[in-house]
Amino acid sequence: MTNLLDLSLVQLVNRIKSKDISSKEVTVTYVERSKKSKKLNSYIEETFESAFKQSEKFDMKPDFNKKLPGIPFAIKDLFCTKNVKTTASSKMLENFIPTYESTVTQNLWNEGAILLGKLNCDEFAMGSSNETSNFGNVISPIDDNLVPGGSSGGSASALAAKLTPATIGTDTGGSIRQPASFTGTVGLKPTYGSCSRYGIVAFASSLDQAGPMTRDVKDCALLLEVMSSFDPKDSTSINFKRPNYFSDLNKNIKGKKIGIPKEYRVDGMPSEIEKLWENGKEYLKDCGAEIIDISLPHTNYALPTYYIVAPAEASSNLARYDGVKYGFRADGENLIDMYEKTRSQGFGDEVKRRIMIGTYVLSSGYYDAYYLKAQKVRKLIKNDFDDAFNKVDAILTPSTPSSAFKIGDKSNDPVSMYLNDIFTVPVNLAGLPGISIPAGLDKNNYPLGLQIIGKPFDEQGILDIAYSMEEKINFKLDINDWWMK
Amino acid sequence: MDEMTKDQYLIEKNGNKYEVIIGLEVHAQVLSESKLFSTSATIFGSEPNTQVSLVDAAFPGMLPVINEFCVKQAVKTGIGLNAKINKKSIFDRKNYFYADLPQGYQISQYKDPIVGEGSIVLDLPSGHKKIGIERLHLEQDAGKSIHDIDPSSTLVDLNRSGVALMEIVSKPDLRSPEEVNLYIKKLRSIMRYLGTCDGNMQEGSLRADVNVSVRKLGTDKLGTRCEIKNVNSIKFMQMAIEYEANRQAELLEGGKTVDQETRLFDTKKNQTRSMRSKEDAHDYRYFPDPDLLPLEFDDVFIEDIKKEIPELPDQKKMRFIEKFKLTPYEATILVSDLDTSKFFEKVIAKSDVKLSANWITGELFALLNEKNLEINQSPISPENLSKLINLISDGTISGKIAKTIFEIMSKGDKDPNVIVQEKGLKQESDPKALEDLIQKVLSSNEDKVKEYKNGKDKLFGFFVGQVMKESKGKGNPQMINKILKEKLNG
Repeated sequence: MTNLLDLSLVQLVNRIKSKDISSKEVTVTYVERSKKSKKLNSYIEETFESAFKQSEKFDMKPDFNKKLPGIPFAIKDLFCTKNVKTTASSKMLENFIPTYESTVTQNLWNEGAILLGKLNCDEFAMGSSNETSNFGNVISPIDDNLVPGGSSGGSASALAAKLTPATIGTDTGGSIRQPASFTGTVGLKPTYGSCSRYGIVAFASSLDQAGPMTRDVKDCALLLEVMSSFDPKDSTSINFKRPNYFSDLNKNIKGKKIGIPKEYRVDGMPSEIEKLWENGKEYLKDCGAEIIDISLPHTNYALPTYYIVAPAEASSNLARYDGVKYGFRADGENLIDMYEKTRSQGFGDEVKRRIMIGTYVLSSGYYDAYYLKAQKVRKLIKNDFDDAFNKVDAILTPSTPSSAFKIGDKSNDPVSMYLNDIFTVPVNLAGLPGISIPAGLDKNNYPLGLQIIGKPFDEQGILDIAYSMEEKINFKLDINDWWMK
Repeated sequence: MDEMTKDQYLIEKNGNKYEVIIGLEVHAQVLSESKLFSTSATIFGSEPNTQVSLVDAAFPGMLPVINEFCVKQAVKTGIGLNAKINKKSIFDRKNYFYADLPQGYQISQYKDPIVGEGSIVLDLPSGHKKIGIERLHLEQDAGKSIHDIDPSSTLVDLNRSGVALMEIVSKPDLRSPEEVNLYIKKLRSIMRYLGTCDGNMQEGSLRADVNVSVRKLGTDKLGTRCEIKNVNSIKFMQMAIEYEANRQAELLEGGKTVDQETRLFDTKKNQTRSMRSKEDAHDYRYFPDPDLLPLEFDDVFIEDIKKEIPELPDQKKMRFIEKFKLTPYEATILVSDLDTSKFFEKVIAKSDVKLSANWITGELFALLNEKNLEINQSPISPENLSKLINLISDGTISGKIAKTIFEIMSKGDKDPNVIVQEKGLKQESDPKALEDLIQKVLSSNEDKVKEYKNGKDKLFGFFVGQVMKESKGKGNPQMINKILKEKLNG
């Protein structure tokens, strides 16, 4: 019998459905491996005991009509989980236990999934290396001194290290796609409004989207199908007919037009990324797609725009963490003093930096020059994509301008850290779906990803393209389990 | 001095006259069973923190969802204020920290309110005056900080947190405390008619911030204004305006300037005092709430609401004047409050209109005033008041007896017919019986009869009084007059 850990999510589902294996067996296998992998620091909260109980319960009365029958999942600690500590990796919420469940996780449980635990991430999802977590940085299973990316770093690390068969993350400026790219996994950010934001600790409301992180494209389609739903509890949730992403998945992309934006060829981009991109084009041509050069002229402004819009929203979204109602409180002489001490001690440096930037750009006298201008540029960026999609069906870019960097390399240089998001943030600003798939290795054998950007609500389109490329790329990554030795 | 300025409210300092310019920002709680962005209840006076949802308490990941009913109520109010309804409006976040503001921001409408310009017509002794409405927008109420229960801590009650408010901003068209009084009452009356706000100032469902400035009579330029926060009764509002206008006029007379600032009205000292200057004003960092889409609706939505608009005070007043021949004064009083107008219409369904108007605005109002009751708490039901009026109309009792019966009715809503029976208060209108009484009086006052006949006309009243006394007050006065005249003059 093959190692359970080597099975993809879809394979696991099929094996459980054919009663080859039980939910309990799968759960035990993942728990055992997770227990031996503490070095990676991917978990913040483990719910192994309750996972055992739930898997036993499932096995007693299995429902094989479920899409994720008895499958254990560890998930990013930004999703509120009923009666299970939810911290957003912040001291501010280190003991916070929600009495409610996020819609996306509820969708998972409704389809038979079981919670294994909560995964580390950057504090309030602010970061690109998982170094801003209050619970310590996460290590990539690729190498012992490597960041897994961020903010869904714990998710990417756990997924690549096979501590969970698949997982979910959130992506505000690349927080799913960048860590997926860094760890040789698949990560998809859906169209804004596809997955409910209800019960997800908010970072930047107009950009946040939950999405699947998986070992391959098929798993990704299955998980997206479960996650995505119209939710009246989220006013920005969109009521559109969601396809059966998994059963409709299709390798035929013949005649599809794929755009290559010239503005993504940035200065100082490593030649191996250039090469990766070229290879990507060749694979697509092999699949019968047509490659078309396009222009997204406002790409250069995406990063500064993002770093105005996202902190502005965050500065307001995080105002609720004031020590009054729940979460961390530092005693003070009076209300103001309590606020100052609570927020000084409760938030980490990166979060405070963004709150200050956000407060500044919304201040009277600066609002027009920053926030309002950024909103206008955001519209131009969206228009760029709209124009491009008149000519092409999807857009191919690298996922990141470099492979994973070393722990500590950029943690003291916020701007160079922010530059990591250069290819992913335009997608969030425009509200589009984007998927990162592993596409090759750099000279250090670190994974590199390619990003496919789709039209709004055309997740199926980019999944199909990713699916056909995946076969051609035939990406292989040997992880030698160094952390367990 | 012309006619206009004769009745004008002016502040006089050193012989200089100052005009007072007032604008109001009224916060009216939307009459709705649930809050603006959550499904929590809104019942006043509930146990603290029993009407609080996860959204109201701003738990992580909670999102606001607009309550369509509150939107309808705002549109309805806008229609009642003859205002422009904006088919697209935007919710913004007003950011500030306070213990009773769980989100750290209030969801409000800043640049694009749901309702634009409109107006309210005031009935002044000198005629009508139109007061402009600048805008009406929807926003969340904050919770309540309670400082006087625990000696060392402030307690927070979030029952009110997230309750829907309409902020109704007037143009600076008001010129006196009396106009402010009429404006608030008219606005409240319109909203009560519409059922969009109960207007209860004691319970805080109607609160106002008052903007006051003064300018020398005859000048055009508006002076610097001060905002007086949260004045919670019309009386205090009037006192605050009076104090503030005098303070500002005094400053100007002393060669000083008025600082733009926010002031508080101290109800113990009857003074306003500075709360914060313009420089210390909060920077609220307004920006569109990314959790909410722009609020959009179409003409059909507005048309459907228009169909629900009842007869409003101004229309009702016209009807009362035209149909029932009431004087404008009577009509104004009877329509000013929806419950009063309903009471009136119930009474006149079976009774004489003029008598009904007199009895309601006279005896009944006096009674309610004395007992400090609203008309819907009236100890006398419209049905019984109607019966009482009918007893007068058909001559069963005199107006004087009616007052006695009214008095009895006020102590328990008893059928006046029953009271008349029990107490034997039926008016004596039998000519034979009255004639006997009169004869008896005349016989025992022969000397006075003589005097009368010799020209002392004034004695007629004496005879009437004596007959009334003989009849124990029940004699029909008109008939007594008639018969007495026949006897004495015949």
